[in-house]
Amino acid sequence: MTLSRAQAMAHFDMAIPHAATSLKQLKDDGAKVVGFYCMFAPQEVALAAGAQPVALCATKEEPIADGEKTLPRNFCPLIKSSYGFAVTDKCPFFLHSDLIVGETTCDGKKKMFELMARIKPLHVMKLPQGYSTEADKAYWLSAVLELKELLETTFGVAITDGKLSAAIRELNEERLLIQELADYMKNDPVPLSGQDMLKLLWARNFVFDRSEFGAQVRELIGELKERVAKGEGALPKGAKRIVVTGVPTGIGAEKVLKIIEECGAAVVYIENCAGMKQFVSLVDEGKPVLEAIAEKYLGTHCSCMSPNPRRMELVAEVARDWRADGVVDIVWQGCHTYNVESRVLKDYLSSNVNLPYLHIETDYSLGDVEQIRTRVQAFLEMMG
Amino acid sequence: MERKTGIVAGIDAGSTAIKVTLYDGTLTENMIEPAGWNGREVAAGMLARAASRRGVRVEEIARIYGTGYGRVGLVFLTKAVTEITCHARGAAFLAPGVGTVIDIGGQDVKAIRVDGSGRVLDFIMNDKCAAGTGRFLQVMAGALGMDLATMASLSAVGAEACPINTMCTVFAESEVIGLLNRGTPRETIIAGLYKSIASRVAAMTARITPCQPVVLTGGVALHPSMHKALESELKLPVTVPGQAVFAGSVGAALLAWDDLQRGGE
Ligand code: SF4
Ligand code: SF4
Repeated sequence: MTLSRAQAMAHFDMAIPHAATSLKQLKDDGAKVVGFYCMFAPQEVALAAGAQPVALCATKEEPIADGEKTLPRNFCPLIKSSYGFAVTDKCPFFLHSDLIVGETTCDGKKKMFELMARIKPLHVMKLPQGYSTEADKAYWLSAVLELKELLETTFGVAITDGKLSAAIRELNEERLLIQELADYMKNDPVPLSGQDMLKLLWARNFVFDRSEFGAQVRELIGELKERVAKGEGALPKGAKRIVVTGVPTGIGAEKVLKIIEECGAAVVYIENCAGMKQFVSLVDEGKPVLEAIAEKYLGTHCSCMSPNPRRMELVAEVARDWRADGVVDIVWQGCHTYNVESRVLKDYLSSNVNLPYLHIETDYSLGDVEQIRTRVQAFLEMMG
Repeated sequence: MERKTGIVAGIDAGSTAIKVTLYDGTLTENMIEPAGWNGREVAAGMLARAASRRGVRVEEIARIYGTGYGRVGLVFLTKAVTEITCHARGAAFLAPGVGTVIDIGGQDVKAIRVDGSGRVLDFIMNDKCAAGTGRFLQVMAGALGMDLATMASLSAVGAEACPINTMCTVFAESEVIGLLNRGTPRETIIAGLYKSIASRVAAMTARITPCQPVVLTGGVALHPSMHKALESELKLPVTVPGQAVFAGSVGAALLAWDDLQRGGE
């Protein structure tokens, strides 16, 4: 059997290189840009304000040294990288942002945003500590309302319910499309590699025309359908199937995913913020718009939420649905919430779905690639 | 490959020593030598000698499985398998019924939970640094002006342990020198070093919820003080099987044997 790559992936290979120029173009044409770092940023609100939401760079090793000039060395690489990008003007998306939206997701980010606010207009949304109580929900709704009002005054626009509904429909449609795509990863052999899936989801943040992105995904889905029919795979049939979870592992920080696939296993589902996290739930179109938006985003099963039972349930559920042989939980050094939650997840998986689990704590550097490879190989050998 | 004899080999190319095991279904033949600067040549030479002791040529060995830090350099292997899988299998052979294997090697420390047949159920390995490894002990022995073997025998006296406050190899070295300068007896320092490694290894092992019996393998297993310190830190009995240093190469050989019996290529 020949292993091959879907041709439609070519769109997504070029997305990031193209994005910097197309964003410049958008700006020159008068567009407003809202930069965000995390899944809690309600993108519908930015879209309804007529602004372009963009993801800011935080997943490369290169600017970390600059970040460390100001931030403690033992911080998580994601925070140091984003800050390093910001202070060195190496992230064109940061440069072009009119406003940055941050969230109080962890103490490191929270304090970093105070420093970042010195260089750029920045608004921090304050998260509740949990997602389950009515008080949590009311608190977050007020934060979303505050953002809406801020965008209205900053950009001198009125964010109407009609515009919010349109944005909700647009993004919901995209979420359903991504879910459809992810379903193809249930096949054996997998028609798409996990690294390509990541690349596509990453590229999603850099294709600013939502209908163009939708068309590209549909084209890929069409191709995957044929590949499945012909039994063509990105990895061999029978390859061990791995669900990856934990911290965001975007392009530049995809080291562990790469190692897993180099060892011959398939990453069939990426259950984190670089992967499927934002796509698994929709905004309820039957509810009052702002409340529905607030509800969807507060439901993000991030480890910064305490407690965070939804993540455990979801990992177990996708592991079952995507017929995983094991779960690899990736944690950045210095990310205390994910690191502690690893223990909870491991226990949950062993008692509920009896699945092998591997915890990998690392950063963006390549110094530990061989150690990680040994662990991943041993993990795969363990599955027999 | 032509299968000429019912003999298989396992090679554990560690950072400090290379271990070779031949196995024919009943009898194992073990050999150990320092890794030197050219592990590949040392391993090839050992394999040839081990084979000739059994009256066969290397080409006649049905399967050669390799493991350990240096396994990627061994071009003549039939297959490379990780240390974790090999140590688990090897330890279960050397100490039947083992529940948890703790291997303290030159470069890393690993704790492995195994089932009755020596299959890995869960494992954990130390991170990047050398804390708690054979390498750590070696540097400390150097700071104390002795070699590792002397250190292993000296410590057997059962001295009281003085606290060692850091596990960073660089800082611990200065700490040891400082203690020496203050006139602290060497035995006390050595006992302190073993205790601090043991408590670190025990904390790591706790993460995989060890189950009994616990077996210690790897080069550092041969230090009696390490064995005792680990027992008291883990609060569990720990055994060191005969041939404990060969767990990796024995495991590799047995995995090769299993595959041979299953009739692979
Ligand atoms: S892991 Fe949590 S804090 Fe990080 S991007 Fe995702 S939602 Fe935001
Ligand atoms: S990975 Fe963890 S420490 Fe890093 S920014 Fe996200 S929540 Fe904070």
